Amino acid sequence: MISFSQVRKSYRGGHEALSELSFSIDDGELVFITGRSGAGKSTLLKLIPAIERPTSGTVLVNGQNIGSMRRTAIPYLRRNLGLIFQDQKLLYDRSVFDNVMLPLAFTGHGYKDAARRARAALDKVGLLAREKANPVTLSGGEQQRLCIARAVVNRPSILLADEPTASLDAASAAEVMEMFRSFNQVGVTMLIATHDQALLQQFNPRVLALTQGRLEA
Amino acid sequence: MSAWLRQHWQTLILTFRRLARNPLATLFNVMVIGVALALPLGGYMLLQNLGSVSRQITGNPQISLFLARDADKADIAALEARLKQTPGVRALRFISREQALEGLKQSENLSDVITALQTNPLPDAFVLETSGGAAELEKLEPQLKALPKVAHVQLDSAWVKRLEGLLELGRTAVIILATLLACGLVAVTFNTIRLQILTQKDEIEIGKLIGATDAFIRRPFFHLGVIQGALGGLAALAIVYLCMQILNRSILDLARLYGSDFRLGFFGLSDCLALLAFAALLGWLGAYMSVSRHLSGIEPQ
Repeated sequence: MISFSQVRKSYRGGHEALSELSFSIDDGELVFITGRSGAGKSTLLKLIPAIERPTSGTVLVNGQNIGSMRRTAIPYLRRNLGLIFQDQKLLYDRSVFDNVMLPLAFTGHGYKDAARRARAALDKVGLLAREKANPVTLSGGEQQRLCIARAVVNRPSILLADEPTASLDAASAAEVMEMFRSFNQVGVTMLIATHDQALLQQFNPRVLALTQGRLEA
Repeated sequence: MSAWLRQHWQTLILTFRRLARNPLATLFNVMVIGVALALPLGGYMLLQNLGSVSRQITGNPQISLFLARDADKADIAALEARLKQTPGVRALRFISREQALEGLKQSENLSDVITALQTNPLPDAFVLETSGGAAELEKLEPQLKALPKVAHVQLDSAWVKRLEGLLELGRTAVIILATLLACGLVAVTFNTIRLQILTQKDEIEIGKLIGATDAFIRRPFFHLGVIQGALGGLAALAIVYLCMQILNRSILDLARLYGSDFRLGFFGLSDCLALLAFAALLGWLGAYMSVSRHLSGIEPQ
């Protein structure tokens, strides 16, 4: 459950990225956030894992208030969220397998259990055969799928994806979206920011359309 | 508890792997710390050896008691009886003026001068062996001076005090040096960790994004600081040991000329362990300062 009420986010210098934003997303929903660049899509997504804090208003994630959350509590919030980035944010000094193992390193899983989970996640995104490869050698679509495997390995209840298909060709984008749909079907709440109109027509989902930081009616 | 230990163990392995991946950089860092620690450590070793030598030499400090010229046999006998009862005097030896003159005649340079003398200018003397150190000797001196027919009391504690003073000076110098170089070690670690944090900026950022706690992110840097400090301590011990072996070769030749088998001794196991622990602690301190200063600045955007 994610709920925004009267959320405003302004940066130093007075630029207001989001204003008077109110909406709520139920568990298991699949929601698209659309809008032109600079409309505030990324800022909205960053408020949920407390990468940014709201200037005013309330952001509630699974009942926790992000605005007043203590710094030390943030890691535990983020472990329950899967984050998928446009630029993937992979580590290129280790193998595909070790990239997926990373989130499990600090949740106290034993190695065997962690390795089993990591391979399961890699299998889900079709990269099990490449587990020993370095992420540099993967194609753009494969890197995005690796990022997804890392995001889901901790079995989060909410997945956030910021322009996950922006740098992909149509076929790879379709693959990625198909994965998202399958996660959503098993009950994961999905929040996807995109400006890809083709995806919208394909899914016909609930859409939050942003214009200059405000929700369109 | 076991999860906590396992995480530490995994971090330790990771840290060693990282150090092994940059062997040259690791070697130089360890060398810098090792050389910095070796200087005060070497000084400390020399002082320890000198201290044990000075204790050996001054184990039985002596006092020479010169008698008045007019002391006769009865006076001497009386004095001897009193000296034997004086506490602090362990043994005494009487050297008559004739014996003393004979002794001087034996020495080559003086024999001509002595034979030219018409009368014997030397006084009778007692040589006392005492128990206790320079301080007790000093206390004994006025007592002895007050005895009848005693003209002069010669303590051989003066140079003992000088040696002890010099050793004390040396100790102070080593402490100052050790303090300065300990600060240097902390600074070296601070800088190494800073560079390591910058190199791993991406990893730290991503770690924070996907739910790593601050403690988890800090841990490898603490391990790095501690391991680097301990390795530096090990290097310092090796450097001092090597220098000692080289010095001992010359010292043994020199000592043989004096009919001695003196040689420099190394630290005991507990001293070595204490040094390693101290170096590791300094490494931890440097890492702590660096991590507190640099890690909070890295936040995902």
